[in-house]
Amino acid sequence: MFAGLAIACAISMVYHKNPLYSAISLVGVFVALSCIYVTLAAPFIAAVQILIYAGAIMVLVVFVIMLLNLDDERPINRLRYLYAVGGGLGVLLLAQTFFIFYAVMRAPNVPADQSLSAGETMSIGQAMYTEYLLPVEIVGILLLMAVIGSVILARRLTQPQLELVVEKELEIRNEEDAKDGLGIAL
Amino acid sequence: MEQVLKTAFPFVVISVGILLAFQGVLMIVAYTVLAERKVLGWIQGRIGPNRVGPWGVLQPFADLLKFIFKEDLVPDKSTKFVYFLAPMVALTCALVPIVVYPFGPRIADPLSWLVPYVSSVAYLGEAVAWIAEQAKNMPLTIARIDVGVLFVLGITSVGVYGIALAGWSSNSKYSLMGGLRSSAQMISYELAMGASVIGVVMLAGTLDLNGIIQAQTQSPFKWFIIPQFIGFIVFLISAFAETNRVPFDLPEAETELVAGFHTEYSALKFALFFMAEYVNMFTVSMMCTVLFLGGWYVPGLSYLVEPGSLPYALISHVAFIGKICAFLFLYIWIRGTLPRFRFDQLMNFGWKFLLPVAIANVILTIVIVFFLNR
Repeated sequence: MFAGLAIACAISMVYHKNPLYSAISLVGVFVALSCIYVTLAAPFIAAVQILIYAGAIMVLVVFVIMLLNLDDERPINRLRYLYAVGGGLGVLLLAQTFFIFYAVMRAPNVPADQSLSAGETMSIGQAMYTEYLLPVEIVGILLLMAVIGSVILARRLTQPQLELVVEKELEIRNEEDAKDGLGIAL
Repeated sequence: MEQVLKTAFPFVVISVGILLAFQGVLMIVAYTVLAERKVLGWIQGRIGPNRVGPWGVLQPFADLLKFIFKEDLVPDKSTKFVYFLAPMVALTCALVPIVVYPFGPRIADPLSWLVPYVSSVAYLGEAVAWIAEQAKNMPLTIARIDVGVLFVLGITSVGVYGIALAGWSSNSKYSLMGGLRSSAQMISYELAMGASVIGVVMLAGTLDLNGIIQAQTQSPFKWFIIPQFIGFIVFLISAFAETNRVPFDLPEAETELVAGFHTEYSALKFALFFMAEYVNMFTVSMMCTVLFLGGWYVPGLSYLVEPGSLPYALISHVAFIGKICAFLFLYIWIRGTLPRFRFDQLMNFGWKFLLPVAIANVILTIVIVFFLNR
């Protein structure tokens, strides 16, 4: 049921022309996915999925779409060759899915161990900070690099340059104000 | 037949629990609205609503009827589907966290006292005996999720969509401004809120709301407000910002934006937004109570009444609701006393003051917990 919802939302995400509708559909996909995680007894992953993807990242995306107020149509002719690439990747994904089905069919049907607590917070934390400490640290450093990089990109202008820009804008505004004042005075 | 009833029993219990909890919360929310108008009246030297019933106690129902019978205007140029979706998203996201509220402690044996009265009746006696057996050690939570704190934070953060989409779809500049302000504000203050919760989670060692209360009963401080006072203040301030209340109610600042994101909404759709706001207030008050004030836990009560008995659960439950109501009163009080921030002040305060303080609190807690556990 949730998988169906996820697929429906994904299709509507791809087919909507309006970026805001696509964004809302993507939120639907995330919510459906987190429902699937809950049914798979992984509540932590589900909560984090909603908190980070639906709650933070997509809010930012919606925010940007609302701010920019994108125009509806764009020339997409130059992206024609991407159809071929997309189709190829789709076929690859389909083959992979069938392979997984095949592998699952082949595998012996063992009842799951009820005492296993793989999805719970405690076991995730223990696995992350003992067995997989190095990958976690690498990801951490990668994220730190991303943060610093975004700050540097946003602050391309050095401080004196920024001050110049601000001064220029202030001058323009003052001139406009002066004109307005003149208009009222006249 | 009997087997069918027995398999259906857990679902019946959960449904009844959901109905009771939602009804209870919505009644409290309805009377919060009345209390708000009354208290604001006192603060401003007025009387407040006093026409419908004695002291205006029937005012919430009169308001509801009014909302239902008002004309439902839909702006011509609005994006219809999103316009209808937005209030539903807002209210759903506000109501869903109710399922993890820890309303009270476990009751060891809630229904056994009924059995002697009905044991002589043919089928009813057996049924009641069976139900009493099932109800032993009953928790007063609908769904015990391992990650209750994250669940509440996550669902409330999804609630931003209701406001943002309402602002966008109304096709009005006031609404759009309100929606934008709201989403910016909620993203910024969510960080501070999450960071202030981390301290409590570290002290308790769990993300489960019931587990956090249990940890507080065993801690030497009894309530986490004492070791986590900075976290409490940060959480409280960001809770005000998250629920768009005064002094952070810029998304609906009347003097600038008419009514903000719900300018173009009327009748029952407006009522949904209104209810969502008050249910969100209730939810953050609940979080504040559970994380910092021990939830339903009353220090010293276990010496007077035996834990697990029915009176113990009742007193604890009343204490829980009482603490929440105290927070709701604080909301109203502050609304009556404080002026509104300017938007740049709000953002500066959130990013440059609240977030660093919350992170400093986290680091301090890490150090203290580390040295205590050595």
